[in-house]
Amino acid sequence: MPKILLANIHKPNQKHIATYKENGGYKGLTKALEMTPKEVMDEVIKSGLRGRGGAGFPTGRKWSFVPQNTGKQIYLLCNADESEPGTFKDRLLLERGPHMLIEGMIISAYALQCHLSYIYIRGEYAFIVPTLEKAIQEAYDAGYLGPSVMGKDFALDIVIHLAAGAYICGEETGLIRSLQGGRGYPTVKPPFPAVQGFLASPTVVNNVETLAAVPWIIVNGAEAHTKLGTEKSPGTKLFSVSGPVVKQGVFEVELGYPLKKFIYEDCGGIKDGKKLKGVIVGGSSVPILRADEIENVNLDYESLMSAGTFLGSGGMIIIDETGSMPELLATLADFYEHESCGQCTPCREGTGWMAREIHKMLEGKSKPGDIDKLLHITKMIEGNTICALADGAVAPVRSFINKYREEFEALIPKE
Amino acid sequence: MEFSPEAKKQYETILKRYPDKRAALLPVLWLGVREFGYISIEAADYIANLMGLSGSQVYSVASFYTMFPKRKIGKHHIQVCKTLSCWMGGAPKIIDHLKNRLGINVGETTPDGNCTLSTVECLGSCGTAPMMQVDVDYYENLTPQSVDQILERLK
Ligand SMILES: Cc1cc2nc3c(=O)[nH]c(=O)nc-3n(C[C@H](O)[C@H](O)[C@H](O)COP(=O)(O)O)c2cc1C
Ligand code: SF4
Ligand code: FES
Repeated sequence: MPKILLANIHKPNQKHIATYKENGGYKGLTKALEMTPKEVMDEVIKSGLRGRGGAGFPTGRKWSFVPQNTGKQIYLLCNADESEPGTFKDRLLLERGPHMLIEGMIISAYALQCHLSYIYIRGEYAFIVPTLEKAIQEAYDAGYLGPSVMGKDFALDIVIHLAAGAYICGEETGLIRSLQGGRGYPTVKPPFPAVQGFLASPTVVNNVETLAAVPWIIVNGAEAHTKLGTEKSPGTKLFSVSGPVVKQGVFEVELGYPLKKFIYEDCGGIKDGKKLKGVIVGGSSVPILRADEIENVNLDYESLMSAGTFLGSGGMIIIDETGSMPELLATLADFYEHESCGQCTPCREGTGWMAREIHKMLEGKSKPGDIDKLLHITKMIEGNTICALADGAVAPVRSFINKYREEFEALIPKE
Repeated sequence: MEFSPEAKKQYETILKRYPDKRAALLPVLWLGVREFGYISIEAADYIANLMGLSGSQVYSVASFYTMFPKRKIGKHHIQVCKTLSCWMGGAPKIIDHLKNRLGINVGETTPDGNCTLSTVECLGSCGTAPMMQVDVDYYENLTPQSVDQILERLK
């Protein structure tokens, strides 16, 4: 399978600039700086690259919303908050391929005419910060960052910003509020960050994986990128796989790759000869697929959507026949209750209520009708909130219950 | 309560990285944690004074983020992930084992002040579950035996 992001990642010393350059690193930047910023942006638009943070929005188009004539600074923020349960792909890029990200950020900043860019990294990833700092310093020393990037009339600084433990700061407006030194409270859109973001200036927030894919696109051209994957989901995507499969870890697959083949061949199938019970394909906030629902499903945005779920972050969680669905759901309900920022009543109250109902079931203290009550709660939470965390909290609850209802019924004492 | 001369220098360096002073608040709170161990009301007031903010503004931000300790914690902070993948991978067993070995419950600190035990949400290490973070370091693919070895080193 062709690889864009992981081609060299497991080679030793890839995190050092010398090795990265021996493997073709910074060629994309050299080429980009021979182009105009507009040409670089057009190339990314034509490549069809879509955001890898969860929402899948076309990257080049997002950049094109940034007004270039406001006289204000433009900011590019790299979202390295990676906290969606099941997701650990950005971590691999940050730890082992920091220069791919840095090169991608420089090219993207050039296209946007941004001169100050932040890497917003989750606080728990503090152990990666020294690696990142070293890579950034190497890029400064090599003249790829600073007042004149590669001797051109383009200045760029990259600053690492260490967060402090709040899932909601991965949501882009929450991230911006947090970077401004406040609580990470998301804001209603519009205004979109492209127009009014960090310090009320035009701002682009992009995921680590999105930015790391940019150098390859510039080196190989937009057309080469559109040849990979499907028409509407071009390129490759990282999936971080956890749960009882033979091979866990981070995989790069061409979009459109069959899900079943991925689980049974690439991941080696289910451990100890057990049976698959379900798979959450795109991080905990997307609906689960039952084992009998994975036939003919492909790993791309469209196919997963027609299967009733989303590609999301690519955090794939496998559950085998031994997993108790109510018990596993409780861990996710606790997660969302803990991470709701509390601004919207339906989300603040609803996430706690769902968690309590599920724990009550596990303790055998529920009554007939409580399962439907729980489903009703999910309806009250959905839609009426500032950000998508609430919908993300509802997705596992509703899909676990609808698809494994008998396991929940079994917990309700008979009258 | 005051930053050391070294921390004061770091504070100045941090400010230079942001076009707006307030944006430097999170890194300055991290500096506060390194200096004072945790963000008390007094520490928040000190930082507020430095940055031209009110004490309640600073404390309100500090309290939003779980990683800023608001009270004294042990010399080492053991944080075990309990979210879905780690749960399937055996987190409950690891948590019980730690409780037994340390003789404390989750949320408590050993009487000698050496270790605080917490459970946390997904740390981005789901493929190497179960896992825990001790101070800044990640420990993955845990077994009761490897946990014992790690505890031995923390003594
Ligand atoms: C609750 C919530 C958490 C999110 N967490 C992350 C995250 O950790 N990392 C990320 O890149 N995007 C996250 N997102 C998506 C961001 O809001 C945003 O869409 C993304 O960073 C844009 O980058 P992209 O277009 O390159 O994907 C989250 C969204 C929501 C609603
Ligand atoms: S939906 Fe939930 S997490 Fe999002 S802003 Fe509202 S309360 Fe906060
Ligand atoms: S579930 Fe524990 S690290 Fe992700």
